[in-house]
Amino acid sequence: MLKIENLHARVEGKDILKGLTLAVNAGEVHAIMGPNGAGKSTLGNVLAGREGYEVTAGSVTFDGVDLLALEPEERAAAGVFLAFQYPVEIPGVNNTYFLRAALNAQRKARGEPELDSMQFLKLVREKLKVMRISDELLHRAVNEGFSGGEKKRNEIFQMAVLEPKLAILDETDSGLDIDALKQVAEGVNALRSPERSFLVVTHYQRLLDYIVPDFVHVLADGRIVESGDKSLALKLEAHGYAWVAEHGEPAGAGA
Amino acid sequence: MSQPSPSPFVASQLAAALPQSGVAWLDAARRENLDAFVAAGLPDARTEAWKYTALRALAQRSYAAGDAQARAVDPAALALPGVAGPRLVFVNGVYRADLSRADALPAGVSLQPLARALRTEAEPLRFALARRYREDGDAFARLNAALAADGAVLRVAPGAAPAQPVHLVFVGAPAEGDVAWHVRNVVELGEGAALTLVEHHLASGAQAHFATLAADFVLRDGARLRQLTVQDAAEGATLVRHTGLQLGARAAARLHVLELGGSLVRHDLRALLAGDGARLDTRGVFALRGRQHADTQMAIRHQARGTASDSVWRGVADQRARGVFRGAIVVAPGADGSDAALSNKNLLLSAQAEIDTKPELEIYADEVKAAHGATVGQLDERALFYLRSRGIPQAQARAMLTVAFCEAVLADLDLPALREHLAALLAARLPGGAA
Ligand SMILES: Nc1ncnc2c1ncn2[C@@H]1O[C@H](COP(=O)(O)OP(=O)(O)OP(=O)(O)O)[C@@H](O)[C@H]1O
Ligand SMILES: [Mg+2]
Repeated sequence: MLKIENLHARVEGKDILKGLTLAVNAGEVHAIMGPNGAGKSTLGNVLAGREGYEVTAGSVTFDGVDLLALEPEERAAAGVFLAFQYPVEIPGVNNTYFLRAALNAQRKARGEPELDSMQFLKLVREKLKVMRISDELLHRAVNEGFSGGEKKRNEIFQMAVLEPKLAILDETDSGLDIDALKQVAEGVNALRSPERSFLVVTHYQRLLDYIVPDFVHVLADGRIVESGDKSLALKLEAHGYAWVAEHGEPAGAGA
Repeated sequence: MSQPSPSPFVASQLAAALPQSGVAWLDAARRENLDAFVAAGLPDARTEAWKYTALRALAQRSYAAGDAQARAVDPAALALPGVAGPRLVFVNGVYRADLSRADALPAGVSLQPLARALRTEAEPLRFALARRYREDGDAFARLNAALAADGAVLRVAPGAAPAQPVHLVFVGAPAEGDVAWHVRNVVELGEGAALTLVEHHLASGAQAHFATLAADFVLRDGARLRQLTVQDAAEGATLVRHTGLQLGARAAARLHVLELGGSLVRHDLRALLAGDGARLDTRGVFALRGRQHADTQMAIRHQARGTASDSVWRGVADQRARGVFRGAIVVAPGADGSDAALSNKNLLLSAQAEIDTKPELEIYADEVKAAHGATVGQLDERALFYLRSRGIPQAQARAMLTVAFCEAVLADLDLPALREHLAALLAARLPGGAA
């Protein structure tokens, strides 16, 4: 589904990704761990198409198409979703209105009929139940005045409504209390399916107790330096990243 | 020493016959104002108040004095949702009884065209109309005082509170050439009276007329005014408005101003909080594109104790448009315990657009709470990417953020049907909108 090969990317003149290779098949959950500043969010931003992230070498194909050639909105319509590490507050734009505009824009781009407000409301109610989000948040402006945890839940709620093929969750667990962490994990697990893949960026092994990954990768200095199964996360938790530097060898990870 | 010959604009206005009222003080005031206008000519950039709005192009144009013909106007085009009360309509400055609704007025409301009011009882208008405009830069106020023959005279009796908004409509209609017209409104709210007034400028077709409108509002103690201005003049039109407000003790005025149309638009808004506890809220936005130029000059004077003003203005300029906002607030000596807040935020949507903003705050009283801020910026790239990453196409995302930027202006307008209509109208005029 997603094939990243030898990806090099630069931000503000600084090389961040330095030959990253990763393959994700449909239905798989890949966890990405790695030290601060390693380039994890940069990878998410490059995949989502953020301006200012210049790809200098390598390729990314998604379902066989060149992902890097698409505009951000085209990538979304193709099924890529990024849950932001720092979701953006957008004063004056109502959360429900925004989400309906997003869903209908994607449907339109895919040649599917748009949902009217009744159909959309029905969908939202179903998803709210799964995500256990207060519908009060839906009436506010996008992320405006949301607590850190509420913002993260709102990301997952958007994912639930938009039903992407590939969801990149960038530290969605950071800042969540224990109950919220479980709820977010349940929300993600509810969406797991043979057609849907996840890239889960996290610093904490605990999330992976709830969202059990098929693969765990270590991203350091712009590359995948170690890949393994979920036991790798436990080793990292016990020994830290220094251990990888000593024992690991750069690996072109993937299945 | 010989005078320089007047500009084509001044000459064309001079050719207009002064309206004759037969009222000696009024005819004298008109003559004096015209003489003062001609002597001073149009202001240039040396006049502080006209620093950012050049009148060189206007000075080279000439306009026919008024329009003798009754132009056809579709009454349906004048309608606004939730505004079904009394209505006076002026087309190219000429009162149109056929389009107006001034019979069967609510109790306590008196509403009539100025020309008729002058014929029947001129004396009560003397204070408002006998004014001589000598202040620097007030060329258009002088011109209006000299040449405005009609307008609306509206009085609300003490304690009266008509349920329906009063609708004043000013239509620019295509004529054989470009026409100049001038209207004058006089509005008085008696003690404890309450009124909603809609000042509505629109065009029935493409033209490039020149118009001035001067409006004076007097709010007696405890009166409440809600005033909406919807300025949707023709693309080529030049419109200069003076709005003056005087608020007595505990009087409250809430203004919403939408500047959407016109080629060159200037609005001078002056308010005097004259009585203790008076309160003024202003909300306004200009949405400009093409080569539109809009200049809003707001001056609020806190003259009495415990007065409050809260001003929220937004500006959006796209393409080669130019916006100017000046918000000058003075808290005069003795206006202790007053509260003055001004927020002016502006959004540039193109590299060629320009907005100049100048908030000024002068405080001479004690225990004053004051806050003011002005910004000029671009759309938030992070927000734009967030919307696009969810699948919203770039143009739509930009439009959504632009509409959101202006949201604060209409948010507290408590007439839901009208608010919705105006929000849609504004959204359509903002870049990415339908019109
Ligand atoms: N827009 C930017 N401008 C300048 N530098 C940037 C920008 N975005 C990322 N960087 C730099 O790129 C490097 C990688 O950042 P990135 O956010 O991808 O790290 P990360 O692995 O997500 O770290 P964390 O675990 O702290 O979230 C950092 O050194 C960061 O400062
Ligand atoms: Mg990060």
